[in-house]
Amino acid sequence: MRLRRLVVLLAVGAFALWARRRGSARECVTLAYEDGSAVTLEAGSPDAERLLPLARALLAPRS
Amino acid sequence: MDAARALADLTEISSQVEAAAIFDESGALLGWTHADEAVARALVMGARDLLAAAASVRRDGGPGLVRLEAALAEGSVFIVGESRLAVVATTVPQPTSGLVVYDLRACLRALAAPAEKPKRRRKKADDAAS
Repeated sequence: MRLRRLVVLLAVGAFALWARRRGSARECVTLAYEDGSAVTLEAGSPDAERLLPLARALLAPRS
Repeated sequence: MDAARALADLTEISSQVEAAAIFDESGALLGWTHADEAVARALVMGARDLLAAAASVRRDGGPGLVRLEAALAEGSVFIVGESRLAVVATTVPQPTSGLVVYDLRACLRALAAPAEKPKRRRKKADDAAS
């Protein structure tokens, strides 16, 4: 019974860690326009792959 | 309010903002938070490159871009434009984007707001003369 509880706890912990890492690694660009519309470009799309390196270059000088 | 004061208020209010710079539509740097002006100029140049690249995303030539947010693992980049001014800011990873955007807009609005005119004071001597 104890072993079973331990396995369940480990499984839940591992899932939480995986979900957190997956969420933090998600990169995207959101563009909002004058008319109130907005578009989110997820990493992997051609437009995001063009914009994300430019944005990354802006974060570099802070270090 | 001048740009330096508006940015000082911004960094005081928003702990998530690490660096910010205000520029106008011609790209002129109006204010910055970074100690090194050259870094601030590089930030603005990079922001303008990013905006230029983002302009081609919407190929129908529709409404103008008013906000760009790039979420990266290392941090986020925000560019908010209003009243011919724009502010670019870098933040910590996974910021509360709604709050950051609100603070950046407030910063630009404070800058764009006309300065209060000093109240005209009539001298008693003028009254006595008339």
